[in-house]
Amino acid sequence: MTNYLDNVDSDWFSKRLSVGLTVVIAAFVVLIARLLFLQVVKGGELRRLSEINSIRLRSVDAPRGLIYDAHNRIIADNRPSYNLSITVKDANPLERTIEKLSRYAGIDEAQLWESLEKAKGTPVFKPVLLKPDIGRDALAAIEVNRWDLPGIQVNVSPRRDYIFSPSLSHLVGYMGEISVEELKNKIYSDCKSGDFIGKYGIERAREDWLRGKRGGQQVEVNATGQVVRVLNTVDATPGHNIVLSIDQSLQLTAEQLLADKAGAAVAVDPSTGQVLAMASSPEFDQNAFISGMSHDTWNALISDPQHPLENKAIQAEYPPASTYKIIVAAAGLEEGVIDEDTSYFCPGFLRFGNRTYRCWKKWGHGEVNVLKALSESCDVFFYKVGLELGVDRLAWYANAFGLGEPTGVDLDHEADGLIPTAQWKKKRTGVSWQKGETLSVAIGQGFNLVTPLQMAMVVAAIGNGGIRYRPMIVKTIRTADGRTIYESAPEVLGRLPISQSNLWLVREGLFKAVNDRHGTAWRSRLEGMAMSGKTGTAQVAGRRENATGGDSDWGTIKDHAWFVAYAPREDPRIAVSVMIEHGEHGSSAAAPVAAEMIRFYLSGGQPKGDLPVAVAGATVNQGD
Amino acid sequence: MFDRRLLQCFDWGLLMFTLSIGAMGLVALYSAVSAGAVEPDLLLFRKQLIWYGVGLVVMAFCFLFDYKQFERFANAIYLASIGSLTAVLLFGKYVGGSRRWLSVGPFSLQPSEMAKIAVIIVLARYFAKLINPDGLTLRDLIIPAFLTALPFALIARQPDLGTAMVIGLIAGVMTLFAKIERRALSWLIATFTLLVPLVWFFLRGYQKQRILTFLNPDRDPLGAGYHIIQSKIAIGSGMLTGKGFLKGTQNALSFLPEQHTDFIFSVLAEEWGLMGSLSVVILFLIIIAWGLSIAGRCRDPFGTILSVGVTAMIAWQVLINIGMVMGLMPVVGVTLPFVSYGGSSIITMMIGIGLLMNVSMRRFKFE
Repeated sequence: MTNYLDNVDSDWFSKRLSVGLTVVIAAFVVLIARLLFLQVVKGGELRRLSEINSIRLRSVDAPRGLIYDAHNRIIADNRPSYNLSITVKDANPLERTIEKLSRYAGIDEAQLWESLEKAKGTPVFKPVLLKPDIGRDALAAIEVNRWDLPGIQVNVSPRRDYIFSPSLSHLVGYMGEISVEELKNKIYSDCKSGDFIGKYGIERAREDWLRGKRGGQQVEVNATGQVVRVLNTVDATPGHNIVLSIDQSLQLTAEQLLADKAGAAVAVDPSTGQVLAMASSPEFDQNAFISGMSHDTWNALISDPQHPLENKAIQAEYPPASTYKIIVAAAGLEEGVIDEDTSYFCPGFLRFGNRTYRCWKKWGHGEVNVLKALSESCDVFFYKVGLELGVDRLAWYANAFGLGEPTGVDLDHEADGLIPTAQWKKKRTGVSWQKGETLSVAIGQGFNLVTPLQMAMVVAAIGNGGIRYRPMIVKTIRTADGRTIYESAPEVLGRLPISQSNLWLVREGLFKAVNDRHGTAWRSRLEGMAMSGKTGTAQVAGRRENATGGDSDWGTIKDHAWFVAYAPREDPRIAVSVMIEHGEHGSSAAAPVAAEMIRFYLSGGQPKGDLPVAVAGATVNQGD
Repeated sequence: MFDRRLLQCFDWGLLMFTLSIGAMGLVALYSAVSAGAVEPDLLLFRKQLIWYGVGLVVMAFCFLFDYKQFERFANAIYLASIGSLTAVLLFGKYVGGSRRWLSVGPFSLQPSEMAKIAVIIVLARYFAKLINPDGLTLRDLIIPAFLTALPFALIARQPDLGTAMVIGLIAGVMTLFAKIERRALSWLIATFTLLVPLVWFFLRGYQKQRILTFLNPDRDPLGAGYHIIQSKIAIGSGMLTGKGFLKGTQNALSFLPEQHTDFIFSVLAEEWGLMGSLSVVILFLIIIAWGLSIAGRCRDPFGTILSVGVTAMIAWQVLINIGMVMGLMPVVGVTLPFVSYGGSSIITMMIGIGLLMNVSMRRFKFE
C-alpha cells in the first residue's frame, strides 16, 4: 500500500482527470450545440411540422409462398383480400364517419364500434383494422364515397386460398391467427397480433420458408388521411414457393376412394422416398379456417368421433396385423429359424400352453412353407416362427425396418408407433412377458402399433431391394422469382438387415399374395401390372366399449383393414399403404383402394378400364 | 463504523443536484404517462416514486459503510452479479423478444443494470493494485478484459446490446484512466483495426444488416428512422420556452416510442423547450464534473478509480441517450440517468451516487 504512493501521486491523478474533464466538456458542447440547432435554428420549422404532424406508417403484408404439387399445379394460392381500416386522428368527426361507413358499406355499426373498442390504446395516428376481407361490393361503395369518409382506408393484402380444399387438408394444413403464446415465441418475432401463420401440416412445418417479410411505407397524409406523398418505402419480400412431391391426381383418386370411410392411404416412390399421395379421411375444409370459423363448425370438427382433424397417415396408430408378417418372415429367414423349404402343418389352430390359438382359416392351410404362408397369410406358420424367434429378436428386426420410431417425414407431431419388448412390458406394466403374447405379436396383434406411413416405408424398402429412405414431402423450394434454393435429395436411413436371397423369398411371397389363385388379395390383382402386397385385418377388441356409446354404428366392433403393396414387381415405381378403419377385411376393404391407386398411377392417370397397351406390356413381362 | 464527524463532510451539493434532476425527471414522466389520455395512467408514476424512495435508502446504505468494504467484497459482488445474469438467461421473463427481467415478488429487476456497478467495483479493485506511472502492460490487461467480457457476453445474449455496450465503454474509460503502456496501447489499436474487418467477414448477411441499421437508422425508415424523425420534431418544436406542461402534442399523440423510458428527454424538451432541456444537460455536466473532482480529491487509488468508473457510467449514458434522441447516435436502448422510468435504472444510478458520496465523505480519513 505504500509503494504506489512513491510512484502515483495525486498530481498524476489530477492531470489525468483534467484531460477527462476536457473530453466530457467537449462532448457536452456538441450536445448543447445540437439542442440549440434543433430548438432555436430549426425550432419554428419543427414546431410547424408537429402541429400538422402528418407522417404515417403503413405496413405492407408480404405474400406468402405458394404451394404446388409435383407437376406444378397450384395447391395453395393467395387471393386479394380487402381490409377496411380507420385512422382515428383523421376520421373527424368519428361518430359521423362510422355511421356513414356503416351505411355505405352495409356493415353493422355495432360491429365497427366493437372493432374500435378492441383496438383501444392504439395510437390515434395508427390505422385500426375494422373488418378484414370485405367483399367487392362493399369495396366499390367505399371507393365511390371516399371523399365523404375521412380517415377510412381499404388496403389489399394477400389471403390464403386452398384451391382443392378439402383435398390435402391434412398434409398442406391450414393457417390461423397467431395466438398470444405464439407471439411470445422467438420464431414468430417478426409477427404482430392479427397475423396469420401456419397452424397445421406443411403450412406449419415450413412456416419459416413460406412466410415472407413484411414491408412498409412512411407516407405524408393530408387532413382527411389521404396519402399525399410517399416518403420512404421498404418493399415486402414474398415468401418462398414450395413444390411438393405429391401427385395431385393420385391424391384426388385416393381421397375419392376413401370418401365416406375413416382411414388413410399413403403412396410413396420406393426409389426416392418421396411421398406421392397422403390421404386421411374424413377431411375438413381448410378455407373455413381462413375466413374465420364459427364455434359450431369448430365444435363439430373436434367432437366428431372419426377425428377429421387428425392426419391418420402419420398420427394414428394401429396394430399392423398380418402386414407385420413380412417382418416376421424376414426375421425368421435371416435368423435361420426357417429357410425356403421349412414347412409346418396348419390344422387351423395351434395349441400352446393351455390355450388354443386360431388361424384365420378355420379348416387350416395344410402344409405351409414361407411362400405359401405369406401369400395365404397363415397364422399358425407365423405363430411357430414367432415362438422360435422370441419377442426381443422380433422387435430388433421391426426396429431395423423403421418401426417404433417416427419416419422423419417433414410434418410435425408424427406418432412413434410401438414395438414391444419383454423389457418394455415389464417396465410398463410390472408383469413379465408371457410366451403366449409372442404369438399375438407374431401376427401383428397385441401391443404392436404402427402408422400407415411407417408401413408404406416398410413395403417401399422391401420393393426397392432393401434400402430405407426418409419419406419426403417437400421436393423443391424456390424464391418468388423462381430461383431454386432447396432441392430434396433421397436420404438413405439404412438398409434392411436381410440378404438378397431371403429378400427375394419375401418378395415372391408378396407377389403370390396378389397373383396366386389362393393368395389373400387375388381378387384385387391388376391385369397387366405386377403388383405385390400383403393384406391385414386388425382386431379392434379394445373399441368394443364404445359400442354402447350411441349412434356411431359405423362398425365400432368391426376390424380395421390393411393393405400394403408395391408395383411393378421389379424396380417398383410406387408403394402404397392403405388403412380403412373398421373396414373389416384387408382383402375386401383396403386392397381394392390400394390396387386402384397403383393402377391409376402406373397407367399415367388413366380412368379405369382404359388401360394403354404400352404400359401394360412394359410391366407384364416379368409377371407369371 | 459510522463516525459522526463524517456528517460534517457530507456531500450536500451532489445530493441536491441529483435530486433536482430527479425532480425534473418526475415532471417529465408525469407528462409522458398522461400522454393523450383523459385520465392519466398514474400507476407508472407512482411506481417511479416508490423506486426513488427505495433508491434513496439504497444510496444511504452505500455511503454508511466505508467504501473500502466494497473493495474487500468486490469479488463476491461480481460473482453475485454474474450469477444473476446467468439466472436471467435461464429463468428471465420474455418481453419483446429478449430476456432482461427477473421477477422479484411484484417487481421486475434488470440484473444487467446492477452489473455495471459490479464491473466498476471489481475493475477499480484490480487497477488500484497495479496502477503505476508507466502504465499497464498487455499481460495486466488480460484479467480486466475477461472480467468485462463475461458480463458483456451474458448481457449481449439477452439480447441487450445497449447495456452491454455501456459496460464495455465504462471499462474502456477506467482502463485508459489507469493508463496503458505505450507499446501495449499501439498493439491494442493495431489488433482492433485488423480484427474489425475480419469479424465482418465472418458475419452472416442478416447480422450485417442488423449492424448497418444499428449504425445508420435511416436504413430502417419504418422503425428506428421513423422514431428519430418524430423525436427530433418533438425536441425542436419545444423551441425556447416549450409548449407548456402537459401540452406536448408529439407526446400526446404517442408519436414518440418508449416515451417514458428511452425517449423521455424528448418529452421534456417538447414541453419545457430549450429552457428545460439546457437545464437538464447542464445539471448533468455539473454532476459529472463533481464526480471527477471527488475522484481528484480522494487520496486512495481504489476510491479514485471507483469514482471515475461511476462518473463514466453517468456520462456515457447521458451522452448516448440524449445523442440518440437528437439523432446524433444510433438508436440503442440506454436510459437517461435519474430521468427515465425504471426501477433498476434508478437504483443503479442511486447506488452510483451513494458510492461517490461515500468516497467524498471519507476523503480526509486515513488508515
